[in-house]
Amino acid sequence: MSEYIIKNGFVFDPLLGIKGEKKDIGVKDGKIVDASEVKKGKVIDASGKTVMAGGVDIHTHCVGPKVNIGRLMRPEDKLFRSRVKEGNTRVQMGFAVPSTFATGYEYARMGYVYANEAAMPPLDSPHIHEEIRDTPIIDISAMPVLGNNWFQLEYLKNKEFDNNAAYTAWLLNATKGFGIKCVNPGGSEAWGWGMNCTTIHDPVPYFDITPAEIIKGQMQTNEELGLPHSLHIHPNNIGNPGNYETTLDTLKLAEGVKTNNKFGRDQVLHNTHLQFHSYDGTGWGDFCSASQQVMDYVNKQKNISFDLGCVTFDETTTMTADGPFEYHLQMLNHLKWANSDVELETSSGIVPYVYDPKIKVCDIQWAIGLELALLAKDHMRCHLTTDHPNAGPFFRYPRIIKWLMSKKSRDSLLHSFKWADKVIDATILESLDRELNLYEIAQMTRAGTAKCLGISDMYGSLREGTNANIAIYNINPEDMPSDPELIEKAFAETAYTIKDGVIVVENGKVVATTPNYTVWTHVRVPDNPIVDHDIREKFAKYYTVGLENYMVFDEHVHNPRAIEVDTTA
Amino acid sequence: MSTVTITAKGTHELYLEAYNVTPDAFAGKTAVEIAEIECHEGNLKSKLGEYFDIEGNGGATAAETTIVVRGDCKKIKRIGQQMTAGEVIVESDCDMYTAGWMKGGKVHVKGNVDSFCGIGMEGGEFIVDGDAQNHVGSAYRGDWRGMKGGLIHVKGNAGSDIATFMRGGKIIIDGDAFIHVATHAEGGTVIIKGSVESRVGGQMVKGDVYVYKGIKYMMPGFKYVDDVDAEVEGETAKFAHYIGDLGERHPKRKGEIVYGNIYLKK
Ligand SMILES: [Zn+2]
Repeated sequence: MSEYIIKNGFVFDPLLGIKGEKKDIGVKDGKIVDASEVKKGKVIDASGKTVMAGGVDIHTHCVGPKVNIGRLMRPEDKLFRSRVKEGNTRVQMGFAVPSTFATGYEYARMGYVYANEAAMPPLDSPHIHEEIRDTPIIDISAMPVLGNNWFQLEYLKNKEFDNNAAYTAWLLNATKGFGIKCVNPGGSEAWGWGMNCTTIHDPVPYFDITPAEIIKGQMQTNEELGLPHSLHIHPNNIGNPGNYETTLDTLKLAEGVKTNNKFGRDQVLHNTHLQFHSYDGTGWGDFCSASQQVMDYVNKQKNISFDLGCVTFDETTTMTADGPFEYHLQMLNHLKWANSDVELETSSGIVPYVYDPKIKVCDIQWAIGLELALLAKDHMRCHLTTDHPNAGPFFRYPRIIKWLMSKKSRDSLLHSFKWADKVIDATILESLDRELNLYEIAQMTRAGTAKCLGISDMYGSLREGTNANIAIYNINPEDMPSDPELIEKAFAETAYTIKDGVIVVENGKVVATTPNYTVWTHVRVPDNPIVDHDIREKFAKYYTVGLENYMVFDEHVHNPRAIEVDTTA
Repeated sequence: MSTVTITAKGTHELYLEAYNVTPDAFAGKTAVEIAEIECHEGNLKSKLGEYFDIEGNGGATAAETTIVVRGDCKKIKRIGQQMTAGEVIVESDCDMYTAGWMKGGKVHVKGNVDSFCGIGMEGGEFIVDGDAQNHVGSAYRGDWRGMKGGLIHVKGNAGSDIATFMRGGKIIIDGDAFIHVATHAEGGTVIIKGSVESRVGGQMVKGDVYVYKGIKYMMPGFKYVDDVDAEVEGETAKFAHYIGDLGERHPKRKGEIVYGNIYLKK
């Protein structure tokens, strides 16, 4: 395999505490090595450039059934909006819901090497694994959607925590899943009755358990198993004015919960797309930001983390396992709507959405996403996402970085809005002078995300001995561009992206692909005959598929990279 | 005003994607430069000079450029696509997507056109002397934003799915149409001087459809309200006025519910 020395770059590696020092990085046999070990390698001149570990996306919807329904129901997403085929790439189709090939290439162009698919309906997990196989370059993990699962609702209702842990371990193994995702706990199940749970105390119909009990129980299960990632929650009451109170109620459930893991993770709860959960006001008329109230709390609590879910002003496709939310969205914008019930497990909905800068509510949402990042005190726990494609496509991350790093760029947009005065009144963005630096950006996009996912021994750092996943950006920390557009361009098109020691992107163009991996969590738990029996019984009685057909076949899993967790020892 | 005359050689086996046969692409170019402009035969990239004999130079701007297309264009698609100004005159039949997503200027086809002509139109004028196939002035598949402005005038007959998701502008069909007219429409005017088989205004929210020689099967979501005198294209006539689609949501304006209207000539 090729050897390289990346010479004279400004290195940012928050996991090693490296803050822009000039440092040479060696690459040998696909691994990062001390530069002195590379004897005859090619020299990559990184002088005047920024060197970071390959990016790690903690929350995205890039593979699987609802992504694919988004592709199917939006042929217009491809019209005049697909990237022209480059030399040696496959055809790249689509914009807000790109094809698998476009997805892999776009991540690589931004210097990303890892994406965590945030919602895998367990029943449909084979589809997720098929798309992981077809997504070039980037390694992918996928979290099964729980929180509305009949097994869990019953075990947690009856306080059978060991049984819940055994079932959860079985499900991770059966779906080759990564960790526990929880979407609108109880609410998606209530949607089966045409209802919802909009506070953490609304009882779930029939099961008579509350979202608070589900969340507490899932956190306990997660730590009992000692999984690499924490519980990953999309709380109740998404997208509604005044919902920050539900968010704070949810986050407070983590108080006093201790971590138990060997992966270097500090948090017990990760709140995804916090922007959608930080709204004040009583309706759309007085809709306003609650970022201050939310961040005052988040900054104090060390055992929670979050990602942003920033609005990017694009025509996009919303998709979530929060079935009732998508119904409400469709009633607002009257566009097309797909809805799905996934048997005993979850629901989902899909609706196109246009975030229009002429609409006041969209502008306020945009401001809130940025405010959360600018108010955050610890960017190891504050991560860059758009909840792709919900608040915007993931390939807008460079644009968000521009807004976070340049007050000038966000202010000029803010003042260009049709309702600028009203937006400024409803938000605090204009008063925030902070401009994030490259170290904080590295925390938000690789170091912090890898640490919170519990994979920082493999990703997110340039530590010697790890796989050589490296992004080199055309940006000089000692001579930052005065034109903010150049920041966006630098993060959109790397000078080089190196994946497992192979140069896959050069000057913003995909030049090669390299095998990608499926990261999943292999959990061993003590034998549990009760749970074995319950699984057989539920499959015999309720599921439309047989147990043997439900579990992902080994040949379905593309280049598996298992993280081992053993609770029997 | 400069005129570029391009004459199809008829040499292609596959359908030709002539999306750059527009005043916008030809403006400011000489005949030699126009011959170098990109087109596709199937999925193979090629140049217009391979398929057309080209005479004359483009004007300084699109508005000052007229393109006359001669020869057999039955297998040529996308003439006039996305054009913003100027004029295109096609002296033959042509294939799909003619004048698609047009924003301004004028396209005049002296023969027939195939399907999807005038799709997603935003402005300008598109005249067809012959017949049109399906999806005249409709939305692109999946899109909820159909024709927004401009005029489409088909002097012969048209097929199905006219004005799907129409939001503005005007479509005139001098002859007959088959099924699905103004489905999902949220504005605009469709005038059909002949007859329509059925399914006019399904899920229509807003907009006006005039039919002169009858709709064989009216949609059950439309209700007769009154007879009105209306002036259409300079002629006044009496019409039976129907509102609908009553199964669809309807916005309110000044306290009044706004419906889609179908006017049947008496
Ligand atoms: Zn999400």
